[in-house]
Amino acid sequence: MSNAPALSLRRRMVGLASSGTVATLILLLFALWVVFAITIGDRFFSVNTLQSMAFQMPELGILSLAMMLALLSGGLNLSIIATANLSGLTIAFLLTRYIPGSQGLAWVGIQVFAIAAGFAVAALVGLLNGFVIAYLGVSPILATLGTMTLCKGLAIGLSRGNVISGFPEPIVFIGNGTVFGVPFALIVLAFCALPVALMLNATPFGAKVYMIGSNEKATRYSGVNTRAVLLKLYLFSSLLAGVAAVVMLARFNSANAAYGESYLLVTILAAVLGGIDPFGGFGKVGGLLLALIILQVISSAFNLLNLSQFLTLAIWGGILIAVAAVPHVAGKAPR
Amino acid sequence: MPESHMASFGRFRRSHEFWLLTVILGLCASLGFANAQFLTMQNLFDLLTSYAFVGILALGLLVVLIAGGIDISFTATASVAQYVTLSLANAYGANWIGVFAIAIGIGGALGALNAIFIQKLRIPSIIVSVATLNIFYGLLIFFTGGKYIYSLPDWFATGIFWFEFEWGKDSSYGVNLQILALVLAFLVTWLLLNRTNIGRQIYAMGGNTDAAQRLGFHIFGLNILVYCYMGVMAGIASLIQAQLAQSVAPTVLVGKELDVVAAVVLGGASLMGGVGTVFGTFLGLTLLAVLQNGIILLGVSSYWSPFFVGLVILISVSATAWSQRERRTRSAPR
Repeated sequence: MSNAPALSLRRRMVGLASSGTVATLILLLFALWVVFAITIGDRFFSVNTLQSMAFQMPELGILSLAMMLALLSGGLNLSIIATANLSGLTIAFLLTRYIPGSQGLAWVGIQVFAIAAGFAVAALVGLLNGFVIAYLGVSPILATLGTMTLCKGLAIGLSRGNVISGFPEPIVFIGNGTVFGVPFALIVLAFCALPVALMLNATPFGAKVYMIGSNEKATRYSGVNTRAVLLKLYLFSSLLAGVAAVVMLARFNSANAAYGESYLLVTILAAVLGGIDPFGGFGKVGGLLLALIILQVISSAFNLLNLSQFLTLAIWGGILIAVAAVPHVAGKAPR
Repeated sequence: MPESHMASFGRFRRSHEFWLLTVILGLCASLGFANAQFLTMQNLFDLLTSYAFVGILALGLLVVLIAGGIDISFTATASVAQYVTLSLANAYGANWIGVFAIAIGIGGALGALNAIFIQKLRIPSIIVSVATLNIFYGLLIFFTGGKYIYSLPDWFATGIFWFEFEWGKDSSYGVNLQILALVLAFLVTWLLLNRTNIGRQIYAMGGNTDAAQRLGFHIFGLNILVYCYMGVMAGIASLIQAQLAQSVAPTVLVGKELDVVAAVVLGGASLMGGVGTVFGTFLGLTLLAVLQNGIILLGVSSYWSPFFVGLVILISVSATAWSQRERRTRSAPR
């Protein structure tokens, strides 16, 4: 009798955990929050900490969205970081080469043009990826491995490995400014996540992406132009990398061919932690954002505790395995 | 007899390997024509020596891919094996057999860990290996502080040099540790995949796991074997890399995993499992090595080297996919 409530609580917890990754992640976030509240105390909840977390998240967040799109279709996009760096270097080159001194119309025009050129480069890479994957039938990992190396080579070759730095105020603001205390970069992330979520959940295009991820052949035979969908998907993925490029170059106030390379596998980690099935067909933007918050909370807390960032990496890996194991441990293996 | 030769040649001519071989021979011929340095013994031995690390890892990954899995934690495994083995050798002393035994043990244990996570917790191998890459690497750097080791045992610095022979005027060549390990790795992997029952089971498991299970194959045992094999290869590769570099740099190996993936998949191994050959992997490796080496010999700035490598990867995979698609539509018109 005295056991009953405890048992039912346990059953409820297990039920909640197995009801989906989102529930697991919310539980995990809550647990982490409690642990860090005890170990770190007030410092963990200070405005400074929150703001620095909000500044660090957007780059990885936007890149993870780019990775997520490809993963949903059962593919992979290894070229996102290289694309971001190439388009970042394009923007940086135009900004530093052609920017007039005064703050006139031309000054604004050049900045807009530079960013547009960066997006154009990202779009070209996306179209190349999409064409090779959808129309030539190359497996996504191979195709994007090729474009990754190609873009990296172009970026290194054109910049000779150098850093391009020193941008005008409005560009730097994108990465470092705040609006009513909210980092502008976080707003950019929101402006990426919202349309992506809407596109995936509320448009026929989104439905087709999930269908392709579940069974590409069946989707094709049911009359969907899978090639056109995939082409568009890799274009969007690449354009998101272009947005990440702007945020990255603004935050560092510089661009380089080798920035953010360690992010590549972390975007996969974040996406999979957020419940995106690496074989396609399942996953929500909400789960991804939750996963990003968890990764960021751990990273910030470890920073406050003066623990090495490499320990953070290890813990991230451990959490990924733990969360991925939950469905099996809770007795609900997917297959 | 001649007819069967013709038939097998015809089959070979339509294979992925044939296209790769043609590209490589064409590349070699034009590079040899453009730069006399390319087709020298010196260059050949240098190439083999410097690509042994990637090659040995590629053979481990080939076995994993054929079994239907994937592993990208091997650079972290190699970093751990390298660091721990040579720290132990420095502290307590060990001979060649000793260091290889330790490195193989560490690599095998970490590989087994991957297999256990994959099999017992039913997590897809890509997730597990992304996670363990971060765990192994993160913990290694956390505990060691990422410090390089420059002082290695004397005998380790000297290396191994066998069958010295003279070629040309005053240059002598021999089988060094890297080449020896690479050749052995190729031989053992070829034997495992083509001359053992286990090899056939690995192909069968990668082709269709459910069917293999119903046939009574020990799937868990096979997975342990496959991921351990990858780990052992990572252990061996890490030692020959340390011997070549004459130092242990815990931070330089991680990040190179995609080079190895490129070599194996260029060689025709499928990420879907069940497909791939040692010869194909050899060709994929050769293509990358010849290309990177050739670009340097042609005097192209090293800044542009990845660009051309990427271009060739993209063209070669596109051509292969295109030719396969053409053949499929010809043989089975819809």
